Amino acid sequence: MSPLRIENLEVRLSRRPVIRQMSLEASAGQVVGLIGPNGAGKTTLLRAAAGLLPPAAGQIHLFGRVLADWSQAERARTLAYLPQARGAVWQIKVADLVQLGRLPHRAGWWQGPTAEDRTAVAEAMTACDVANLAERPVTELSGGELARVYLARVLATRPGLLLADEPAAGLDPAHSLDVMQLFRRRAAEGLSVVVTLHDLSLAARFCDKLVLLDRGNCAAVGAPSSVLTAERLRSVYQVETAQVTVAGETHVVPLKRTADPAVPFGNGGTVV
Amino acid sequence: MKSPEPQCEGAADQRSYAGAAATLLTGLAVLLFAISLTTGPAQLSLLATFKGLLDPADPVAGLIVWEIRLPRTLLAFLLGTVLGLSGAALQGLLRNPLAEPGLLGVSPAAAFGAVAVFYSGLAGSFALALPLGGIVGAGVAVLLLQLLAGRGGVLTLILAGVAVSSFAGALTSLALNLSPNPFATSEIVFWLLGSVADRSWQQVALALPFLVLGSGLLLSATRGLEALSLGEEAAATLGHPPKRTRGMVVFGTALAVGAATAVAGAIGFVGLIVPHLLRPLVGHRPGRLLPLAALGGGTLLLAADLCVRLLSPGPELKLGVVTALVGAPFFLLLLLRLRREIA
Repeated sequence: MSPLRIENLEVRLSRRPVIRQMSLEASAGQVVGLIGPNGAGKTTLLRAAAGLLPPAAGQIHLFGRVLADWSQAERARTLAYLPQARGAVWQIKVADLVQLGRLPHRAGWWQGPTAEDRTAVAEAMTACDVANLAERPVTELSGGELARVYLARVLATRPGLLLADEPAAGLDPAHSLDVMQLFRRRAAEGLSVVVTLHDLSLAARFCDKLVLLDRGNCAAVGAPSSVLTAERLRSVYQVETAQVTVAGETHVVPLKRTADPAVPFGNGGTVV
Repeated sequence: MKSPEPQCEGAADQRSYAGAAATLLTGLAVLLFAISLTTGPAQLSLLATFKGLLDPADPVAGLIVWEIRLPRTLLAFLLGTVLGLSGAALQGLLRNPLAEPGLLGVSPAAAFGAVAVFYSGLAGSFALALPLGGIVGAGVAVLLLQLLAGRGGVLTLILAGVAVSSFAGALTSLALNLSPNPFATSEIVFWLLGSVADRSWQQVALALPFLVLGSGLLLSATRGLEALSLGEEAAATLGHPPKRTRGMVVFGTALAVGAATAVAGAIGFVGLIVPHLLRPLVGHRPGRLLPLAALGGGTLLLAADLCVRLLSPGPELKLGVVTALVGAPFFLLLLLRLRREIA
């Protein structure tokens, strides 16, 4: 029974289909990467999987049960979603913000955090390297620090399925490697992670499975080596790439735009 | 990697700040409540007031304390409570420290409801027509808000509030404009200023159920508001859909502020000042702010109503005038500070 199974999903935004005929499965212990150019539908797919957008057609199963059949509270304990937008409004302390990840586990309104809540929060903060920021207001953090704090928030929930939208965006190389390694470690403990990525090297090195989206369609799905072929990247991303193997790990390096006179700017032929 | 210990200490610190503030405010509220009972144009001594409190049947002291001062004092505290609470809840919902009940158009609409009752002459026909008019006005405002912004985001809600608010204001002006005699006009204008003077138990009893119900709804939005500080989508996936939180806050505000405005007229800025002052004490957490803001609002309005009686020997200052005189400059200062932070 896989944490996430999507079958023939179609999602529409103001009646326009944004995701078509999408099928995808994330097993326990797997890191699944969603890749594709801007506007390919990665975020929309993730939002639909999180239950934020209703499917126009097809099925989404969370641990074998149709997503819509889950109660709000039960789903919130099982599935954690890290949105791309990480604005902070109030000057909440980092520790308090991470603590919000435990909200789904609170029973009565009168109950404060339990020992388990505290352990989960402390562990998540340590894992994301933000324990030293605990007392700082989130409004004073840098973009990268904030991204790690928000990641700690979803980890504190201790979900079975983690949906993360661009968790590596805005992070320096060391911290983006940390984040991907953290996903790998959590996956080894049984967590299932679905993550959207722009960095193809991170996708190639840290994901068990990749789904390549192209204008709402699934262009390819499978192991990184089978998905990230130079030919496919050329047709979907309109870039020439080089694959470099260092210490047994594949890095995908974008070299230049495809010299295709029909698509000079890679945006459907419109010269802007 | 550092140990996560400091956060636990910090949390304890914060709890103790909030706890100390709650204790202090409670003590202050009790003190002000007692002073309020001994204050009034009838020069009752402290002893006479106490005797009157113990013996409601006493023809002078009992009557003054029980029929005049107690309802007024209780109403000031209760109204302050719901104004502070709804201000804090609205700020949490809209994620904007400048929000307050007037913003959603609930107070202006409630005020118009009461004005309409004045204007139609219903106010003279039965005693409860006025409060009922206010509650109906607030109810209509909420229905309009749900209709205009039930599916939209926070921006839609703010704009809908502005629309409802200006429409209610325009209707009130129309009533004043068309008023057939100057007495009706001055009655309306005075009522609009906002006051808790000369309120009876009947008015307390009429407002109380709505105040309690509304406050209950607002307090039950606590966790939803905490979740909302992460944004709407994160809140939804944390099991607190923003739509539900919004419903609780909007209806709670309508019930509580509608009933409050109906019995006392428009008393502004309490919902703006109190949450702002108390927010740092709860570590800026929008949910935990709610009970403290309620307590702070009640205390502030008790103090304001006491000032009104102590400072104005001639024609009594209206409570709403005093809160606006203090509140509007405060609002300006807040704006200036926020602008500096943004720039």
